[in-house]
Amino acid sequence: MNPTDTSDPNYFHRVVDCQWACPAHTNVPEYIRLIAQGRYSDAYMSNRESNVFPGILGRTCDRPCEPACRRSRIDGSPVAICRLKRVASDLRGDIADRLPVIPSSKSGRRVVCVGAGPASLTVANDLMPLGYDVVILEQHDQAGGLMRTNIPAFRLPAEVIDEEIATIVDMGVELRLNTPVASLRSLLEQDFDAVFIGTGAPRGKDLDVPGRHESDRIHIGIDWLESVAFGHTEKIGERVLIIGVGNTAMDCCRSSLRLGGTDIKVMARRPRSFFKASSWELEDAEEEGVEILVNHAPTRFVIEDGRLVGMEFQRLDWDEQARHSTVLDTVVIPCDDVILAIGQENAFPWIERDLGLEVGEWDMPVVDPVTFQSSLPGVFFGGDSAMGPKNIIWAVEHGHQAAISMHNHCEGIPVGSRPPQGINLVSQKMGLAEWSYHNDYNPSTRQRMQHVELTRRFQSIGTEVEVGFSAEQTAREVQRCLNCDIQTVFQAPLCIECDACIDICPVQCLTITENGDEPDLRTRLMAPAKNLDQALYVSAALPQTGRVMVKDEDLCVHCGLCAERCPTAAWDMQKFELLIPLAVSTPIPVAT
Amino acid sequence: MPSIVKPMVTHPGLERNALGLSIRDYEGGMSTLCAGCGHDSVTAAITHALWESGTPPHMIAKLSGIGCSAKTAAYFARGAHGFNGCHGRMPPIATGASAANRDLLCIGISGDGDSLSIGLGHLAHLVRRNVRMVYVIENNGVYGLTKGQFSASADVGSTTKRGEANHLQPIDPIFLGLSVGATFLARGFSGDKRQLVPIFRAAMAHRGLAIIDVISPCVTFNDHEGSTKSYLFTRQHDVQMTVTDFVPPAEEISATIPDEGVVSIPMHDGATLRFRTVPDGYDPTDRMAVIEHLLSARGRGEIVTGLLYIDEQSSDLHELGNTTYRPLTQVPYDKLCPGSAALAGVGFR
Repeated sequence: MNPTDTSDPNYFHRVVDCQWACPAHTNVPEYIRLIAQGRYSDAYMSNRESNVFPGILGRTCDRPCEPACRRSRIDGSPVAICRLKRVASDLRGDIADRLPVIPSSKSGRRVVCVGAGPASLTVANDLMPLGYDVVILEQHDQAGGLMRTNIPAFRLPAEVIDEEIATIVDMGVELRLNTPVASLRSLLEQDFDAVFIGTGAPRGKDLDVPGRHESDRIHIGIDWLESVAFGHTEKIGERVLIIGVGNTAMDCCRSSLRLGGTDIKVMARRPRSFFKASSWELEDAEEEGVEILVNHAPTRFVIEDGRLVGMEFQRLDWDEQARHSTVLDTVVIPCDDVILAIGQENAFPWIERDLGLEVGEWDMPVVDPVTFQSSLPGVFFGGDSAMGPKNIIWAVEHGHQAAISMHNHCEGIPVGSRPPQGINLVSQKMGLAEWSYHNDYNPSTRQRMQHVELTRRFQSIGTEVEVGFSAEQTAREVQRCLNCDIQTVFQAPLCIECDACIDICPVQCLTITENGDEPDLRTRLMAPAKNLDQALYVSAALPQTGRVMVKDEDLCVHCGLCAERCPTAAWDMQKFELLIPLAVSTPIPVAT
Repeated sequence: MPSIVKPMVTHPGLERNALGLSIRDYEGGMSTLCAGCGHDSVTAAITHALWESGTPPHMIAKLSGIGCSAKTAAYFARGAHGFNGCHGRMPPIATGASAANRDLLCIGISGDGDSLSIGLGHLAHLVRRNVRMVYVIENNGVYGLTKGQFSASADVGSTTKRGEANHLQPIDPIFLGLSVGATFLARGFSGDKRQLVPIFRAAMAHRGLAIIDVISPCVTFNDHEGSTKSYLFTRQHDVQMTVTDFVPPAEEISATIPDEGVVSIPMHDGATLRFRTVPDGYDPTDRMAVIEHLLSARGRGEIVTGLLYIDEQSSDLHELGNTTYRPLTQVPYDKLCPGSAALAGVGFR
């Protein structure tokens, strides 16, 4: 193999599994260390830079970072990253004076964002410090988009949404509530330099089986959640069936329990291993007594005397991959209400088809996945409306990227010209065998989130179920982080091949051996490198024998012992910082 | 001192030996030697060999004297017995331990100062008695613990870190062993575990005293340009006289390794030593031939490594002394010490 090119920002970035997996590339290990030091405001600000909504995401993020966490490969459970984010948000002090300064003299650029969800708010957050006038148009009387309408208050209290949105709106954003947009053409005719569309995926999928239109007790999941969020719906029947088993279904079943439901069944077509809901959301719903029935395919609504009395299902027997099924029999399950939570779709009835905005498959606009520009220059998309239903953290990242494009567009720079990522590497050596970070491995197990007791939980839909980590839990959980951003950096010319690093490594990730191609090298290491998703770090030829130092990044616990036992400081522990370009880092062209 | 003890976190795919133990179970305390010390690498090789051999830790006795090398007995096999004796006095302690229980795997760790200066006499007599043990000399040519003066193994012409040359003739433990009847003589290099681990395995299976002289660079005082025991010098002058595979008894039965060795030597427990490469005319069982080869290699300035001499025929301490098969701790007290009446009987014989 050729020596690893560590000047490529992607190399060390990939080692920080959580940061690499995060769409917004939040610097997770850094903020966990700040929490460990009690620097909650610093931790919050470090989060906010990339993910903009730490308080909201600390409760509701889809957490792509956690399945990626190296700790789960070491002891089976990832660091509770999301919960720690909430700790930073809950315990922070006033951050008002640490927010970007909004210039008093404006640049004269005006942009408009459609929909006040996370994507649009991120665009505003990124462009306001550059002197833009940002107008956000929102159809409802409150901002927040699906964060507000689709996530029940017992998971995400309204105050948390209000506060983090206010932080952005207070930068001087012109937020026009109760302003649905009926026509993109009319918007384009107005005096805006760029248009951003962040209208989400607002249409819940329907289930057109017999009886669908014969009762008003059949609800579309996200519409029903919205109506609950705005207080229009305050009750539901005792027996409720939820069709579908994604995260929306989990929110529907748990909301039903708080609005009078007592016998709630979630009906899944396929076996449990094929559920779309996050494992923790399933757990939380089952803890509250929701019953999940697998292998039930809905066939019709049972209506008697104009009243919904039940729903008929086929019971299925699936093959192993759940691709083919055979029908075992048919059952009718009695119920008072049915909530359909089988997916979401985009809907752009207000976009005229003769504007030149290219529309592709499934009626989705054709959007460049890097610049988020549509085929119509100056019109950008982000969040669910750009790429279909994903989640909040993706919407934030789309917003960041779209903001860069919009700024480019306004400045006359090609939108495809992206500011590069940069890296900083700083040695963490404080002295002989002394590091600036807590390098010992802590064997603590993952801390369990405490919940409000069941009896108290159902009294009000606004009672937040998760109480947050206690001080003791936080103190333990932060030490589970393996500090993957403190990189092992090797300088081949200094190595005397004494083997000290290899002998001391607790997880056998280092080897000095003859060079070879990657598949061959992977078999010749101290421990075979079987995880092909993780890179091998290969040095230049070593001075004494011409062999190479190989590090399998897979299981390194970043304890720094290799660097401590190295007599020539060929190994060093260096903190990796990814410099993430945002709109503010786009070079502003010099006036000519 | 390292900032932390080596964490007990392990690679999830860590292999287990026949006893179900991982290599981490054969580790010891955290080394306080200088970072990069060859001794730590020797420790790692011993740890590996012990794990591979599947020896129960409680059947191991670690013995040492004084010196940097003597500390290393604390750094492997934390579940083993150990005795840290006076300077150079490890051989008599080891002789006693071995005599008292022939089932113990005795591992003596010594250095060039401990074995070739103050303890030279004891070492010679340990060889003569052919005490069944592994005797490791971590040889770095200097007294590292007292700031790098020449030891008795320093080569003529090599210099101290400050530049003074040594004019005294070195004692080579291999020649010493050959002259007083050693039955297993090997030389290794701490920087080459591929060679060292099979040598340790063979030494552990050897019936008698196995001396392994390991060039183990002192990274603080003797890893400089004037040194003949530095990492670089050793690598530049290392000539692997023999390449040996240790084939344990179980593998021999399964016959998974083809018998292509130049010389195969059966060991008493059913294992086989297979010399893959030896120079023409080299017979590792022929003392005279070995002496000749080693002398000519010395003339060429080569550092000869490998398992250099082996004699599986000679009797060890237990056969020579007709000792009991039972560990002395299991022999009833009245038999161990029959009392003054029995003593009187002996006197009248």
